[in-house]
Order: sequence, then structure tokens, then C-alpha cells
Amino acid sequence: MSQTPTVDNVNDALGTAAEAADLPTYPVTRTCPYSAPPVYEEVRNGERPKKVRMQDGNPAWMLTRYEDVRSVLADPRFSADRLAPGFPILAPGQREGLSRQPKFMLSMDGKEHNDARRPVISEFSVRRVATMRPRIQEIVDDAIDELLKQPQPADLVKWIGHPVPAMMVAELVGAPLEQQPYFRDLTSRILAKGVTWEERFEISKTLRKFMDELIASKAENPGDDLLSRQIIQQREEHGEVNFEGLSALAHLLLFAGHDSSAGLISLGVYTFLTNPEQRAAVMAEPKERIPLAIEEMLRFYSITDIGAARVALEDVEIGGVTIRAGEGVIASVYAANHDPEVFENPGELDLLRGDRHHVAFGYGPHQCLAQNLSRLELEVVFETLFRRIPTLQLAVDVDELPFKYDSVVFGLHALPVTW
Amino acid sequence: MRIAKHDERCVGSGQCVLTEPAVFSQDDNGVVLLLTDRPEGPAAEGARKAVFVCPTKSLSIMED
Ligand code: HEM
Ligand code: SF4
Repeated sequence: MSQTPTVDNVNDALGTAAEAADLPTYPVTRTCPYSAPPVYEEVRNGERPKKVRMQDGNPAWMLTRYEDVRSVLADPRFSADRLAPGFPILAPGQREGLSRQPKFMLSMDGKEHNDARRPVISEFSVRRVATMRPRIQEIVDDAIDELLKQPQPADLVKWIGHPVPAMMVAELVGAPLEQQPYFRDLTSRILAKGVTWEERFEISKTLRKFMDELIASKAENPGDDLLSRQIIQQREEHGEVNFEGLSALAHLLLFAGHDSSAGLISLGVYTFLTNPEQRAAVMAEPKERIPLAIEEMLRFYSITDIGAARVALEDVEIGGVTIRAGEGVIASVYAANHDPEVFENPGELDLLRGDRHHVAFGYGPHQCLAQNLSRLELEVVFETLFRRIPTLQLAVDVDELPFKYDSVVFGLHALPVTW
Repeated sequence: MRIAKHDERCVGSGQCVLTEPAVFSQDDNGVVLLLTDRPEGPAAEGARKAVFVCPTKSLSIMED
């Protein structure tokens, strides 16, 4: 429980940017796929929330204990509004970028969030997602067919990691089949290494236009997809269509769903290829054990560590410090998922561990909307890939693999394989 | 032991369903549904885990 604060910087107000100069910086650069960046350990040794310096030089609180992370993410006294003053800046251009687009549910609180999320949760229920399995299988099989046509070594990120999640979003929003390859290629290009910020911005504009045109065409001619069902429901309940809200939703599905799935697909394949004994154990009973392996990879890599940031709306006592209204908080899901008080030997990757109380998908009302779809997608990818290509192997040494140490979402830039 | 749900808080994460499908389901709106409110044996154990993983504390246990 909360300790009595001692004479330490933690009991002060968060302080100014000038005073933040010597704090550890955040987001941190990971240095190795298998161990925590040093700052996490440093911060955890203090147990209580500590101050870190964000991208823009401003300080924020960093929470690393499982219990503290869960309480912040479930506490309505913390806001998820990414444009609110004091919200931690995770990447350059964050505020400018977000202020130019309609607000999505990820940035909403309380009733506003509930009103945006409630109407779509049926699209992602465990039962609904299960009905999508045959189409996901098709998408994965098509991608593997393409991979197998390539000269070796081929890049698994390019042929599976990027296109499969893009096709999933295309499927969700009901992009016409003939437009899906265009959408897939455009989306994948955003994530490609070496693409400049300007190019990304241009592609992002093109994608928004694509989604907006799609929404307009669904409004005229509704089909059997998430967007069309929202349109029909909105007309029934409100007599009109909220085009801006749908545009925000469509964009969020892409923004939240592409990089993250791509990251875990590539890390997952890498994990199986570099842990042959664990892989053999998992693949001996794929139906039961692949889902366990996925939970462990979610926990172990916690690829979207920096996603869960908040700003305090009032003074809140947490983990022995007072976080004051207007101060930013990073609820580190990575650190929480490696909390030794909650996970035994947290630094050990154990694909059969079977723990599902990790917070890799977040916690509280914003917990990942599409988590069950992600689980299914990963399951189909891993099962199909190793069944169809049992001889799959890395084409380069592990040391040469380009891990995304510098990115907001952890993963691999490329994964050269042969078979 | 008895399970209670607080629908208005549920965000449809489905964590309860994945954790203990013998006790929890989701209705057509994606909101939690109890298949029984008095689980027994392994299902009771599973239900406790589900209550713990629910991200919005939409589930609670009464020991009566
Ligand atoms: C392995 C893959 C994924 C991981 C690790 C992940 C992780 C997360 C996390 C941590 C959050 C909460 C952020 C916060 O609390 O501020 C979140 C929210 C969200 N995710 Fe995911 N996600 C994944 C895949 C996806 C996919 C595939 C989609 C869509 C197709 C998606 C859609 C969303 C949406 C819409 C939200 C916002 C929910 C809300 O604000 O209520 N995610 N995700
Ligand atoms: S775990 Fe909680 S939020 Fe998720 S579906 Fe069940 S009751 Fe609803």
C-alpha cells in the first residue's frame, strides 16, 4: 500500500521544464528485445512514481507498479484527452497532428467516451469476432501464397506483418474487394522504414480521403460491415449520420490496429524461430497453446508501452505521491507487466505461462476495443505459417535484425526469412 | 458465492468471456451477460479470475 513519503523529490510538485533537464527521458529507447530498458529498473527500485522528462522537455510522472498502473487507467480523475494541457507528449508533432483531425474515442473521457464506444462494442465481442475466422484465414493464406512466390530470403514483415493487419482493417470497414490491394499497399507504405514525415503525412491524407469516400458510399448504399451498421443504427436512433464521428472511428481503427498487430506478428514469428524448444511445445497442441503463447508475448514485449498516458484532472494520491491537477502521467504497461510482485520471473519468456491478467491491451474503459480480433488474427497467422512452412528460418543472425528500438510501437522493421 | 454485474460500466472487452466462458457471455450489444450467477467448482474459480481481469470493475462477488 502507499508508503509515507520521505524527504525525496517525489513529494514535490512535478516542476517545470527547466527543472526536468536531469530526469531520465521518456519514451526510452529499448536496447534489447529480451530485457527491460535500464530506466524501468531504475524507476522501479524507487517503487513510488518517479519523474521523467518527455520529448518536449516537460516532466511527467511515470508509474511502474502493476497496482498503480491499473488504478490510474481505471480512475475517472485522470483524463485521456490528448489535447488537454499537461498531457504527456510522446512524439514530436503529436499535438499538431491530433488537433487537425476529428476527436476519436481514445481521447475521450466519461460519458463522451461511453457514447462513442458503446455502439461499436458488439462488433468486437468474442462471439462476433469468431465469425470472422474464415475470412481471416483467407487473408492469411493469401499473404502466405505471396510470400512463397518471393525469391529467398524474403522479408516477413513486408509480406505478412504489414499486409495482414491492413487487410483486416479493410475487411472491418468493408472496403470493396477491388480496392483492398490499393488500401493495403498505401497503409503498409506508412510503416515502411525510411519513409519521411512529409510522405507519411501525404499518405495519411490520402487514407483519410479514402475512408471518407468509403463512408459516403456506405451512407448511400449500406453493406454488411461495421461502418454500414453504424450508419443504419445512427439513422434509427438520431435520424442522421455522424460523418465526422465515423471518420474518426475509421481512422482510429487504422491508427491503433496496424502498427500494433504488425509489431506482434513479426516479434511472434521471431520468438518462435529463436526458441525452438518452446515452439515445439506450443505447436504440439496448437489449438490450446497458441493462445497461451500470444498472451505471454503480449505481456513480455508490451509493445505499446507508451500508449497509456493520462493527465490528472484533480489532485490524486497514488503510490505514495500526490499527482496534482494538470500533471501528466505515464502508466507504463511494460513495467506493470514485468512487476515481480505480480508475475513470477517476469523477465523470463515462458510461452506456456498462461497468465492473462497482464495489461498489454491497457486497462480501464479504454482497454483495447479490438483485443479479441487481434488475438484471433495472431492465432491464425502463427498456426498457418508454421503449419504451411515448417522449415521457416531466420536468414540472418539475430544481431543483425533491425528491431524498432526507436519507435512508439515496438516491433521489427524487417525479418528476413528462408524456408 | 454469487456474481453481480454492473452493465452500465461494461466496455465489452470480453475478458470475462475468455477467462470463464461457463459463466460469462456477451449479449447482442456486446455487453456482459451472466450464464449463471452462482457458479460452482472450477467455474467459481474461473469467475474469480474474471472478476479480477475485468478492466472496468463491472463484475463483483458476493459471498452469500
Ligand atoms: C497486438 C495488438 C494491439 C495492442 C498491443 C493494442 C493495445 C492497445 C492499448 C494499450 C490500448 C489502450 C490505450 C489507452 O489506454 O490509452 C488500445 C486501445 C485501442 N485499440 Fe488496440 N491494440 C492492438 C490492436 C488493435 C487493433 C488490431 C485495433 C483495431 C482494428 C485496435 C483498436 C483499438 C482502439 C479503437 C482503441 C481505443 C479504445 C478506447 O479508447 O476505448 N487495437 N489498444
Ligand atoms: S470483462 Fe468487464 S468490461 Fe469486459 S466484457 Fe466482461 S464485464 Fe464487460
